[in-house]
Amino acid sequence: MHNILEKPAKSMDAPAHDLAAELVAAYAHALDDMQMDAWPEFFTADALYHVTTRENHEAGLPIGIVRCLGRGMMTDRVKAFHSANIFEPHVYNHVIGRPAFSDTQSPGVLSVRSNFQIVRTMESGRMDLFAVGKYLDEVVLDEGRARFQKRVVVLDSRYVDILIVIPL
Amino acid sequence: MSPSSQALRSEVTKFTWPPQGVTRAPYQLFTDPEIYKLEQERIFRGKTWNFLCLDIEIKNAGDYRTTTVGETPIIVTRDRDGSVHAMVNRCAHKGALVCLKKKDNVPSLTCVYHAWNYELDGKLKGVAFRNGLRGHGGMPDDFDPTQHRLQPLRVESFCGMIFGTFSDEVEDVETYLGPEMASFIKRNLGRPLRVLGTHSQMIHNNWKLYAENLRDSYHATLLHTFYTTFKVNRLDMDGGITLSERKWHHLSYARRAKIDEAAEYAEAKVHSANYESALDGPGLLEAWEEFDDGITHSIQTVFPNMCVQFTLNSLAIRFFAPRGVDQTELFWIYLGYERDTEEQAKMRVMQSNLTGAAGLVSLEDGCINEFVQRGTRADPGQASFMEMGGRQVESERNSRATETAVRGFWYGYRNIMGF
Repeated sequence: MHNILEKPAKSMDAPAHDLAAELVAAYAHALDDMQMDAWPEFFTADALYHVTTRENHEAGLPIGIVRCLGRGMMTDRVKAFHSANIFEPHVYNHVIGRPAFSDTQSPGVLSVRSNFQIVRTMESGRMDLFAVGKYLDEVVLDEGRARFQKRVVVLDSRYVDILIVIPL
Repeated sequence: MSPSSQALRSEVTKFTWPPQGVTRAPYQLFTDPEIYKLEQERIFRGKTWNFLCLDIEIKNAGDYRTTTVGETPIIVTRDRDGSVHAMVNRCAHKGALVCLKKKDNVPSLTCVYHAWNYELDGKLKGVAFRNGLRGHGGMPDDFDPTQHRLQPLRVESFCGMIFGTFSDEVEDVETYLGPEMASFIKRNLGRPLRVLGTHSQMIHNNWKLYAENLRDSYHATLLHTFYTTFKVNRLDMDGGITLSERKWHHLSYARRAKIDEAAEYAEAKVHSANYESALDGPGLLEAWEEFDDGITHSIQTVFPNMCVQFTLNSLAIRFFAPRGVDQTELFWIYLGYERDTEEQAKMRVMQSNLTGAAGLVSLEDGCINEFVQRGTRADPGQASFMEMGGRQVESERNSRATETAVRGFWYGYRNIMGF
């Protein structure tokens, strides 16, 4: 339960937009800077993080590419990144479009959509346009900061080049 | 050496299999465009059954689904009488693709270029301006539409999967699989299915490296350490490898057992188990025992390029399509059963995190085969060494620390390629 907005929703709208836009940007910068440990902190404790393709999303299919239910599963992904998974080192650079906001049915929950492109640079120097899609977010105030209670990452392409180990 | 393989050697320059046989795979196999071309003919257009799609993907009359057999584009359709057809996705006129979408529902198939129109079974139905316009042009009088159609494939459905072949000679799918392989596929897929999601992965390696990788039970717990870490799957678990009669297909399985710390791991100083034993999100591995045989993990390959995975309750078909000599598209089709309860479906959904392009257990397979591709491309004359578990090509009921199924793949490959 995110009992966050005691003020009427209307007076929250303007600051919430800024906070949500800053959250979207800070999230991308943290990943681009490889601050993996900070990643779960962008979410509420029981948040949903789901990476899927446009095809699955439009068909309403539940399985995509990543599905974390709760911060614990995100922490596990971070630990696996550090100590279990093997991959060729690489970094991301997100370019994010201007977010669009809409109110949701639930008071205090702001719905945000932003388009993104991620360029992946490999250890060898090779640069690829790795992912293109949209973030469909639900942002709330949680412990005094804006957090995602839901982030659905919809990729335009059906395929992933090589693998995904750093969250998008 | 047989006369046919002698003839082949003139086609494929300087290729000889080392005298050690299937314990070696020359690196040239992964990089030579001539061998790749020959595979299209001898394997994908040869005496094999190729996975096309699922029955449920083309449920209704007029549904089509496109795919590839090797590099050949294919259309699979459901006709009005419920029958399934497969044909090359290439107009009989100028050779353009007829169907462009992955899936659609259409009354008939029409090529966009000159509007040649085909029945759902690929027979030519109509040719635009066949009789010309205002008495001019048109096809010659002896034009015979029955001589022009979309090139058909033989199709067969087995356990909800539709297979296609260009061969008139290959036996039926169940015989092609053999009794042991067929019965395990029935265990896994022999009831109404539903698709829970799909995606694919572009991997930068020859398709056969992934075919090897699937059959390589030796690497499973060494490269993929997420499982080792969480004590779900270890080499010392009860399990084994079954090869089909002709060694083309295989089944690797494990039974859940109480894990003791294995001394072999400590001695080998393998990268493993340096991770807390509990998941912060234990929901990931919530599972139920689905079958009475105790088998909790299985990977079953069907030659040439598909596999059925059952990892805990995560059921998926993997289909890997060659996209050039050094590129492969690996499709993941996650499945459940119609009969699944909501809770069971949820468990399958959570467990999908284990595999796929971001699979906690298996994401390494996205890059490891590319590492081999890059490591070997400069030295086509050298070969890999595969003698784990001995040199024989036989089922191994007691251990998965073996490369027997990889040798089995090469045994089948040499056989069909005439190498």
